[in-house]
Amino acid sequence: MLLYFVFVLGIGFALKRYMKTSKDFFQAGRALPAWICGLAFISANLGAQEVIGMGASGAKYGLETAHFYGIGAIPAMIFVGIFMMPFYYGSKARSVPEFLRLRFDEKTRALNACSFAVMTVFSSGISMYAMARLIQTLHVFDGLFHAMGRPPEDIFTFSIVLSAIIVLGYIFLGGLTSAIYNEVLQFFLIIAGFLPLVLLGLRNVGGWTGLKATLPVAYMHQWKGVMHSSTNPMGIEIFGLAMGLGFVLGSGYWCTDFLVIQTAMASKDMDSARKVPLIAAVPKMLFPFLVILPGLLAIALPTPHTVETVTKNADGSIIHNIQVVSPQVEQGKGIVPAKINPVTGQPMFTASGQPLLDYDMATPNMLLHYFPTGILGLGLTALLASFMSGMAGNVTAFNTVFTYDLYQSYIHKGASDRHYLAVGRWATVGGILFSIGTAYAVVSFNNIMDTLQLVFSVVNAPLFATFLLGMFWKRATGHGAFTGLIAGTGVALLHHGLTLPFEDRPGIHGGWIAVLHHYPSEMAQNFWGAIFAFSANFLVTVVVSLCTKPRPESELVGLVHSLTPKPPHHHLEWWQRPETLGIAVLIGAIALNIFFA
Amino acid sequence: MTLDLRIPMGLMFTLVGIILVAFGLATNGNAELYARSLGINANLWWGLVLLIFGMTMFLMGRRGQKKLADLPPPEPSATEVRRGH
Repeated sequence: MLLYFVFVLGIGFALKRYMKTSKDFFQAGRALPAWICGLAFISANLGAQEVIGMGASGAKYGLETAHFYGIGAIPAMIFVGIFMMPFYYGSKARSVPEFLRLRFDEKTRALNACSFAVMTVFSSGISMYAMARLIQTLHVFDGLFHAMGRPPEDIFTFSIVLSAIIVLGYIFLGGLTSAIYNEVLQFFLIIAGFLPLVLLGLRNVGGWTGLKATLPVAYMHQWKGVMHSSTNPMGIEIFGLAMGLGFVLGSGYWCTDFLVIQTAMASKDMDSARKVPLIAAVPKMLFPFLVILPGLLAIALPTPHTVETVTKNADGSIIHNIQVVSPQVEQGKGIVPAKINPVTGQPMFTASGQPLLDYDMATPNMLLHYFPTGILGLGLTALLASFMSGMAGNVTAFNTVFTYDLYQSYIHKGASDRHYLAVGRWATVGGILFSIGTAYAVVSFNNIMDTLQLVFSVVNAPLFATFLLGMFWKRATGHGAFTGLIAGTGVALLHHGLTLPFEDRPGIHGGWIAVLHHYPSEMAQNFWGAIFAFSANFLVTVVVSLCTKPRPESELVGLVHSLTPKPPHHHLEWWQRPETLGIAVLIGAIALNIFFA
Repeated sequence: MTLDLRIPMGLMFTLVGIILVAFGLATNGNAELYARSLGINANLWWGLVLLIFGMTMFLMGRRGQKKLADLPPPEPSATEVRRGH
């Protein structure tokens, strides 16, 4: 583990020499090869919500979780690579909000930059919180703290500060290049840590067929029962799934979130930039095996119970051997423990009386269950690496957006490049400090994944409508985009306030205005919220655009599809073109979906 | 960009592999330790896998860098120009 930290910071130092201008710092000099950016593209997303959250969802909803890949990610990644990247990369915008300024106007950009900055800090705070809690529950540093004579409560703070310092260190030194390099490193480390876990787990339950035999049927099928919400574990029907996840949430995330787009924008030329999301889609297709299967396996394993074995020795003495299992494990399912109320120490129950399971512990418990000393260190490092890669992506996205879109545009215009470079470095520090604040504020959510989806459905879902209209409809105006965004976000909030999943009480999970409608699950609520937000934004943007004056077409060349010349491809053979790669990836994704239907 | 990521990455995985293999060899036959990994010496085997992966990465990186050094300098100068504006 120590070795990994040394290498991470070492890369930061090695790259420091190259960070001379703000462009080097924020955009990696636009000089990285496509494969590095491609791996960083998914690794930026491979944070806490991926490794822990997907394991948790796998345990909660079964193989249906793979929809997040098959429907939620792959088509959107192909779309962004083929259709949207020419505008992002070609417009010379340095960030996604800056693209909005070029296409629409200043206020749309300010709105997006502010909401995005808040969101990145929020997600990196969640990452930090999750990591600290995990370190605490896994008792990794307990021995060290005992030796130092400090109370174990300090571990939470210690882990947050430690991770903050490491991430800060390598970003402060090497900027985006360093973050991207480390994300690739983390990508391989995560594979190295989780692949043996899946192999051992599968071997234990008797391979794929053995896993099928131990779990309910609906858990093992991606598409079964998807036509109606009551017949599948996630409680969502096909329309909500395809529209909500595939079209709105998935595209909203992969096509507009600067967190992932920034890695593609750092690549060395237009063809590489378009290939980045497509290269990323290939390992993305295979990731369900790595991150969802541990959750499934954790549920499939037998639940430990308190057992008493009585053995008689040869001399007649009787030995009682009692294996005591704590109530949280006993109430759990498989090796997923029940959630414990921190105040009373008793297991918590849902509104319907079922024990509330702590699904976030599914993947970490699998690590502890299967790995012996030695490789366990590798597994834990992989887990920590995943948290850091998520945090780092958020922090670099934050410092770029803050410096270019807020500081340079509104606070201090026209300063020297050296000045902005310094501001960027200090924005990194500020962003991390804010994240630490968030980490202490986030406590009351059941499932990290649902929390993040909620944030995205409020901020990201309406955004995709703005980009879609902006890139493919030349009549869309700045006033239209701005009012549309406000309306979309407002509708998302309103929807969340008026609806509630069946299993929850009114409050943070929804229904804080009045409960008008019950959804079967939090996922269903999020997907539908996204659909409403998207539609509201789309309609309002169109209506307001038609009422306001359009911009002259000459200003929109390179920003709108119908006014941009097709990128030339004569220098590439047909099999080198991004389109070919995109089709190949799509066929692969469909094949996987049919296989696991 | 003169730092090829494959070199530090290869080095790291090679080192991790060596440590795991050494630990695996030292604890080989320790049934208690490997009970949880189904009696498989996970350290030894996975250490070998990582060792091979790390070496391959490292050698590929070295070869790539040599190729770059053999090439006449058009590539570095091209990136230099782009960095200018």
